[in-house]
Amino acid sequence: MAENPHSLDDFDRRTPDWYVDRLMQSLVFIGGFSAIVFILGIFLFVAKEGLGFVTTDFDPVEFFTTEYWAPSDEDAPEFGILALIAGTAAVTGLAMLVAIPFALGAAIYIGEFATGKTREFLKVLVELLAAIPSVVWGFIGLSIMNPLIIAVFDVPVGLNVLNAGIILGLMAAPIMTSIAEDALKAVPDRYREAAEAMGATRWQVIVKVVLPAAKNGLLGAVLLGVGRGFGETMAVLMATGHSVNLPTSVFDSVRALTATIAAELGETAVGSEHYGALFTIGIFLFLITFVINMTADLIVRGVRKG
Amino acid sequence: MQFKRLAVTAISTAMLVSASGIQARNLIQNKGSDTLVNVAQAWAEAYQSVNPDVAVAVSGGGSGTGIAAMINGTVDIANASRKMKDKEVKMADEQGHHPVEHTVGFDALAVYLHQDNPATQLTIEQLKQIYIRDGKATKWSDLGLKVPGCSSDEIVVVSRQNNSGTYAYFKKAVLGKSGKYRSGTLDMHGSKDVVDLVEKTPCAIGYSGLAYATDHVKLACVATDDKSSCVNPSVASASDGSYPIARPLFMYTNGEPKGDIKGYMDWILSDEGQCIILKKGYAPVRAVQCP
Repeated sequence: MAENPHSLDDFDRRTPDWYVDRLMQSLVFIGGFSAIVFILGIFLFVAKEGLGFVTTDFDPVEFFTTEYWAPSDEDAPEFGILALIAGTAAVTGLAMLVAIPFALGAAIYIGEFATGKTREFLKVLVELLAAIPSVVWGFIGLSIMNPLIIAVFDVPVGLNVLNAGIILGLMAAPIMTSIAEDALKAVPDRYREAAEAMGATRWQVIVKVVLPAAKNGLLGAVLLGVGRGFGETMAVLMATGHSVNLPTSVFDSVRALTATIAAELGETAVGSEHYGALFTIGIFLFLITFVINMTADLIVRGVRKG
Repeated sequence: MQFKRLAVTAISTAMLVSASGIQARNLIQNKGSDTLVNVAQAWAEAYQSVNPDVAVAVSGGGSGTGIAAMINGTVDIANASRKMKDKEVKMADEQGHHPVEHTVGFDALAVYLHQDNPATQLTIEQLKQIYIRDGKATKWSDLGLKVPGCSSDEIVVVSRQNNSGTYAYFKKAVLGKSGKYRSGTLDMHGSKDVVDLVEKTPCAIGYSGLAYATDHVKLACVATDDKSSCVNPSVASASDGSYPIARPLFMYTNGEPKGDIKGYMDWILSDEGQCIILKKGYAPVRAVQCP
C-alpha cells in the first residue's frame, strides 16, 4: 500500500498558522467585546457617583422644574437644572434648523447629482469638516461670531443661543450628511429608473420617490445630529455665554448641561452634594443620548431590512 | 560568587545614589485661586533663587479647585480668595487632612466698567440691585445712566463660575448672607476673562481683582452708601480698610507647615515675599519697606 503523502494528520497539525489564526480571533473578539465592557463600566461609574446624591439630597421636582443652579451656596444650595435643559434644548433646536437644510442639500447633491471626481472630492471635504476639533469651533464662536453678531444685530453680547446654534449646526451637519447620503444610496436604483421611465423629471424623482423611500434613514440622520447636539461640550461652553438663564429669544445667553459638568466638575470636592448633582446631570445626559441614539439606530436598521 | 554579590551591591548603591539625586529637588504642589495665581507664580519663581532645592508647581482654576484638592489631599498648599467653609473643613478632617489657614495679603475687588461708561461712582446698594436675584436694576437707565454704544440699555451682568472665591466673596459682601445672584449672569471662568469681556462690551459690568485692571477698562469708585463718599480701589485703600469690598487672601496648608513647606510659607510672609505681592497689585499683610 503506497503511503499517502498527505495523511489526515497533516491537516490536523497545529501549525503556526493555526495559532496565529486563533490568536487573532480572540484579539478581535476582545476588541468587539470591549465596547460592551466599556459602556457598562462607564454607566456603572456614573451611576455610582451620582446615586449618593440621588438617594439623599435629590428632590426630583426641584431638580427638573426649578431654574436656579447655585450648587456651591453655603447656606441654601439650589439644584435646579430646568434652565440648563432649556439652554441645551434651545441650542440643539436651533442647530438642527441650521444643520438639516445644509446636510439634506449636501446629501442630495452628493448622492443624486454629483458624479466621479466631484463626488469623491465632496465626500472627502465633508469628512474633513467632521474632523475639526470642537474647541476650534468654540474658538470661532468666541472670536469671530461674537463680534459679528454684536455688529449685525446690535445686541449687547454675541455669546448666545444664536452663536452656539450656528456653530453646533455646522458641527453636526457633516455626520448628518454622511448618514443621509447612505440612506439615499440605500434606495434601489430600480425605483429611480421606474420613475424616470414614467417621465418624471430629476427633481420629481428625488422629491416623490427617493426622499419618501429614504425617510427612515434621513430621520435617523437627524436624530444622530440631535444626539451630537446634546452631547457636545466644548464649543457650546465657549459660544453660549455660560449663563444660567431661561432663554426667551435667540439673543439670550444660556448654559448647557454638558458645559456645566465640564466647567464645575474639576473643582468640586469628591463626594460632596455638588459633585453628586453633577453626576446626576451626567446620568440624565447619558439616558437622553442613549435613547436618541437607540431610536436613530432602530430607525436606520428598519430601513436596511425593509 | 563573592564577585557577583559585590557587583549587585555596587549596582544597587549606584541606583540609590542616582535616585536620591532626583529627590534632591523637593516639589511643593500649589493650586487654587485665580486671583492669587499670578502672585503664586511670582513667589514660586523668586523662591528658586532663595532655596534652589525646592521647586514649587503652581496652577490656578479657582479657590474651589484648590480647596477641593486640599480636601482630596492632592495638594500641599491651596490658595483661596475666600475662607474655607465649615463644611469643607469637616470634609477635609474626615479624609484625614487638617487645613491650616494663613493670610498672605489683601485684595481690592474692583468693579469694572466699559471705558465709555459715564458712571463715576456706584454704591453697594446699586451693585446689589444689579447683581441680586429679582434686583431692580436691569437697565442702565434704572441707575440714571446713558451708556454710549449700549443701545439696548440692558445691563450685561458679568459674574464668575460658582466655585470661584471671588464669586463667594462678592456675594457675601454685596448681596448679603442670604442674597442670591440673579439668573442670566455671564459666568466667566477666570479673573482675566471678566476684564476682557467688559473691555469689549459697552453694556457690561463685572467684578474682579484689582490686579487684573488694564488701561482699557474703567474702575468704579465704590461708596458704602449714599451719604459716604466713594473710595477708589487701590493697594492703599485695600490695606487701610477704607475700600468697602476688599478681602483677605489665604493659603491653606495641611496641618501646621513643616520642613520645606514651612520654609516657603515663612518666606512668603517675610519682607521679600510681601514685596512681591505688593508689586503684583495686592496689599501686603503689614506695612513693608520695598526697594
